[in-house]
Amino acid sequence: MDLIIQIFPYAIAYTIPLLIVALGGLFSERSGVVNIGLEGLMVVGGFASALSISKLQQSYPDASWVIWVGLLIAMLAGALFSLLHAFASINLNADQVISGIAINMIAGALTVFLARNITGSGNIRITGMSRGDVDFLGLNLSHIPLIGSLFFKNAYSTTWLVLIILVISIFVLYKTRFGLRLRACGEYPQAADAAGINVYRIRYIGVMISGAFSGLGGAIILVTYSGEFSGSVAGLGFLAIAALIFGQWKPLGILAASLFFGIATTITNVAQVVPSFAAIPQLVLKVFPYVVTLIALVIFSKSSQAPKSVGVPYEKGKR
Amino acid sequence: MKKGGIISLIAIFLGLIAGAILIMATGNDPVEGFTYLFQGGLKDSERIGNTLATATPLILTGLSVAFAFRTGLFNIGAAGQMLIGGFCALAIGLTVHLPTYLLLPLMVVVAMVAGAIWAFIPGLLKAKFNVHEVVSTIMMNWIAYWMVYYLVQNHFKGDTETESRMLADSATLKVPFLSDLFSGSFINLGIVIAIIMVIVISFIINRTVLGYELKAVGHNRSAAEYAGISVNRNVILSMMISGGLAGLAGVVQYAGNSSLIEIGVLPSEGFDGIAVALLGMNSPIGVFFSAIFFGLLSTGKGFMSAMTSIPPEISDVIIAIIIYFSATSLLIRKVINKLTRSRKYKKEILNSNVNVGEKVE
Amino acid sequence: MEYVVEMLNITKEFPGIIANDNITLRLKKGEVHALLGENGAGKSTLMSVLFGMYTPEKGSIKVRGKEVTISNPNVANALGIGMVHQHFKLVSNFTVTENIILGLEPKKGFVVDIKSAAKKIEELSKTYGLNVDPYAKIEDISVGMQQRVEILKTLYRNAEVVILDEPTAVLTPQEIQELMKIIKNLVKEGKSIIIITHKLKEIKAVADQCTVIRHGKYIGTVDVKNTTEAEMASMMVGRQVNFKVEKTESNPGEVVLEVNNVSVKNNKKVLGLKNASLQVRAGEIVGIAGVEGNGQSELVEAITGLREIEEGSILLKGIDISKHSIRERIRSGIAHIPEDRQKRGLVLEYTIEENCVLEVYNQKPFSKYGLLDKAALAKHAKKIIEEFDVRSGEGAKTVVESMSGGNQQKAIIGREIENNPELLIACQPTRGLDVGSIEYIHKRLVEQRDSGKAVLLTSLELDEVLNLSDRIAIVNAGEIIDIVNAKDTNEDELGLMMAGIKRGEGA
Repeated sequence: MDLIIQIFPYAIAYTIPLLIVALGGLFSERSGVVNIGLEGLMVVGGFASALSISKLQQSYPDASWVIWVGLLIAMLAGALFSLLHAFASINLNADQVISGIAINMIAGALTVFLARNITGSGNIRITGMSRGDVDFLGLNLSHIPLIGSLFFKNAYSTTWLVLIILVISIFVLYKTRFGLRLRACGEYPQAADAAGINVYRIRYIGVMISGAFSGLGGAIILVTYSGEFSGSVAGLGFLAIAALIFGQWKPLGILAASLFFGIATTITNVAQVVPSFAAIPQLVLKVFPYVVTLIALVIFSKSSQAPKSVGVPYEKGKR
Repeated sequence: MKKGGIISLIAIFLGLIAGAILIMATGNDPVEGFTYLFQGGLKDSERIGNTLATATPLILTGLSVAFAFRTGLFNIGAAGQMLIGGFCALAIGLTVHLPTYLLLPLMVVVAMVAGAIWAFIPGLLKAKFNVHEVVSTIMMNWIAYWMVYYLVQNHFKGDTETESRMLADSATLKVPFLSDLFSGSFINLGIVIAIIMVIVISFIINRTVLGYELKAVGHNRSAAEYAGISVNRNVILSMMISGGLAGLAGVVQYAGNSSLIEIGVLPSEGFDGIAVALLGMNSPIGVFFSAIFFGLLSTGKGFMSAMTSIPPEISDVIIAIIIYFSATSLLIRKVINKLTRSRKYKKEILNSNVNVGEKVE
Repeated sequence: MEYVVEMLNITKEFPGIIANDNITLRLKKGEVHALLGENGAGKSTLMSVLFGMYTPEKGSIKVRGKEVTISNPNVANALGIGMVHQHFKLVSNFTVTENIILGLEPKKGFVVDIKSAAKKIEELSKTYGLNVDPYAKIEDISVGMQQRVEILKTLYRNAEVVILDEPTAVLTPQEIQELMKIIKNLVKEGKSIIIITHKLKEIKAVADQCTVIRHGKYIGTVDVKNTTEAEMASMMVGRQVNFKVEKTESNPGEVVLEVNNVSVKNNKKVLGLKNASLQVRAGEIVGIAGVEGNGQSELVEAITGLREIEEGSILLKGIDISKHSIRERIRSGIAHIPEDRQKRGLVLEYTIEENCVLEVYNQKPFSKYGLLDKAALAKHAKKIIEEFDVRSGEGAKTVVESMSGGNQQKAIIGREIENNPELLIACQPTRGLDVGSIEYIHKRLVEQRDSGKAVLLTSLELDEVLNLSDRIAIVNAGEIIDIVNAKDTNEDELGLMMAGIKRGEGA
């Protein structure tokens, strides 16, 4: 039990970026646009936040708001960069998979190029966020038995930000006008069009949300456990896509899937330190999340709940 | 095909313009930059040899991705297949003692088979369970990454933490005749292998029954099924051939251009293969020329960044932007086609009705 | 005279094609106005212009005497124009209510107010006799009910003018009667109706006026009461039309196809075909009559091998082929003209040449040792093009995508017949084609029957089934209700059986 309490905060730290990026992917795909470029959008967010935070930290070394500004800038950068994908996929009816791959490549190369130009090096270091016990109205919540130690001790405040976004997303998707229309665009855009809805506009919004959320995810990695921008997020963007599929395109499913991957990754990383895990060969631990993803993809393939028109470019006037 | 070529050229042109803008935005002279970039690849016979050698694995990964595309599959796993194929070849080269004329063909075959097996798994998952090959091949990439990482570290460790042991020259594709011909370049027999594969793949796609089946499945699975073609078999076969080509890229890179494997990195040639395939309009000849162009950019960037203060990543940026324009350009081609076709179509309806109408009593 | 809608001199163009060329249509209040034309004449395009989905290049639209610009469906709705589409615009995993309110959702704060919408829908449903459950999911309700949901959509938006686009294509004869009643109800409540159709019988049954268009051009407007079906038909096609198929008595030989107690699951994982038995002899045409979705597709797929059989057996010339692969069945002599020519029948990116060998490319003479013999392909395609009058831009090297639907279909039929089958299965072989192509294809099918082939025909057009078949099998809800001689039956009787009522039972 102690072990779980110890690793849980780390698991959460890995889960949260996955969750927010997968949520972004959810909005994009539910509107009908496949977005393989989540990885690149994370890199863009990481870069934008790293750059802005490192510059700001030079002038305001101890201000905590600097980090929040960085997160906001990451979201903006992600949303803007995603316009490339949106334009190609929605206006030009390009193959969405290829466009997404192009986004990944451009992001990876461009950010390192700019980093090198601006700071002289491909890496940018910053001082990240610190963990703390969660305070609510003066009460230190980490003192609550069991739950307190799991959730409110050693937590990052970004965790709460993302969970709030999750709740809002569920509400928006299933209870609001916008959510209904968004889902219609992903299932059968011709119906939405006949109802007078601007399918193009909704899909743009869906893609930009995925850009903003992915950018935020990349920035959260930076300010929580990484501390440094290096031009890559080691496949986390693709893992988020897997979480999306694993979670069957439903927000709570994605939460469960991301948590699973988070725990799996944590086990891999802490294995050396924890005696009960140290016996397992390094290799098995490292490939464990990827193998499990493959297995999960197989299991969930039969009952796929993917939005019916996802990935199909929408052409007005087509039956 | 001609139309496609023009679009590729436009994409390249636009990518270069974008690159030029970036270079200017960072306070450098694009004309100077591009001059050094192209000089770096073509200035003398050694550089030309290096350009060709750098292009060689790209030709193969480009063929790999293009071949899979023709069957309607996205093989993003070329990097992992290349790594596995190259590793297996390296392992043979370091442990098996045979004369060169037996060892090298063995290594080449092993690389192809290993790459094919690595691609077989995503192929099978796609055929039997309709698992999207983009995600499954990416997972396979990372599994390959870690497998090779630990296998090299534990069994074939070289002088540094991130390198394997070196192959003896006799266990590589290097031949003095070629390197001398190109004044000391690292060009090797790999280019020969690559050219042969271009011809072979082109033949398969255009002249064989297998090519006919694969293309039919790629264009329209439902029609292929209706006609009795085994879609599953073809999906798996296509992935395996694709994987085999990527595996070849591995042996050509790690036992040709180089004599060792670097771990801790997924070979970028795997991903650049996607760009090469796209730019080459998924045709073997197109892939060949496209790879040469990319080889040129790659070889030249070192010279360019040595002579100016432009970061070498600019060529990666240019490549990425070219893909973006290639992706969107596929649409431009569709639009052009639709326009020219619709005019023909209308003429046809009128013809078909008027003439049949005249037949009535 | 007060016209509620006037479309004046409308011209609508698409790249390379003039879909509507100077068309005028005037609709009076309380009138049922039919818009008649062949497949591809431009009827749907004209109505899409009225509904705001397209903008015309020339011409004007007046609503209740005032000139208006209808730039999108919302504007059309606001003007009181509603459209019931031929291909329903319904999201299948949404409920009836969600579909109806889409785009016009009532709000309570941030949340969509489903409850009050559902109530309003229930009231409307009662008023017009539409009988729809607001909370049902679209994927769970019948096609007839889905159509009524589409009608409700227009009523929910207070439509005064309701456009019906080919509404009877998916209905049984009885449901068509119900629809006619609903149309009369709508008129009674003060609505004006435009009905797009190519079915002359229905125009005679319910329309007051009829505007005819041909190849995008306006031909004329007639008073339906005073015009015969034959007159309307010749306006539609431009010449005298003979609807009867010329054919002699059939002379059936041995049994070629035997379907014995076959049960098959459909895409929803339940039985789509139950215990079906059927025989087709050489030299006869057996037609399958039924409304779409009652098991015909599943039957054909079971015979061709595209779908697995749960129970029963299928014999071809006495040999059990139930477990044979698709390729084996093709080799044994089954040819299949598929119901969706672009999805199943052709590889659109391939040329005519390449498509003509789609089932036989790996046999001699088309290939040897794994290599294709391009000359043999060209010869084969040339033969088919000549014999079956396939028109195309570049002959055998034409990419099939650029051909018209009629020519694509002729190419498929040519290919299948050239494979010299024992059993020819033709599924909706004339769907979406012009009258000329339809006549031609009917002729060829009868020819095949006369040369001793066994022909199995499925079609959604009852006329076609009656005209062509020697015997007719009627399907309803996955069962074969009865098998009758075409000579001994008529449309009404068939209609009853299509609705599941057996011969001799009460109506």
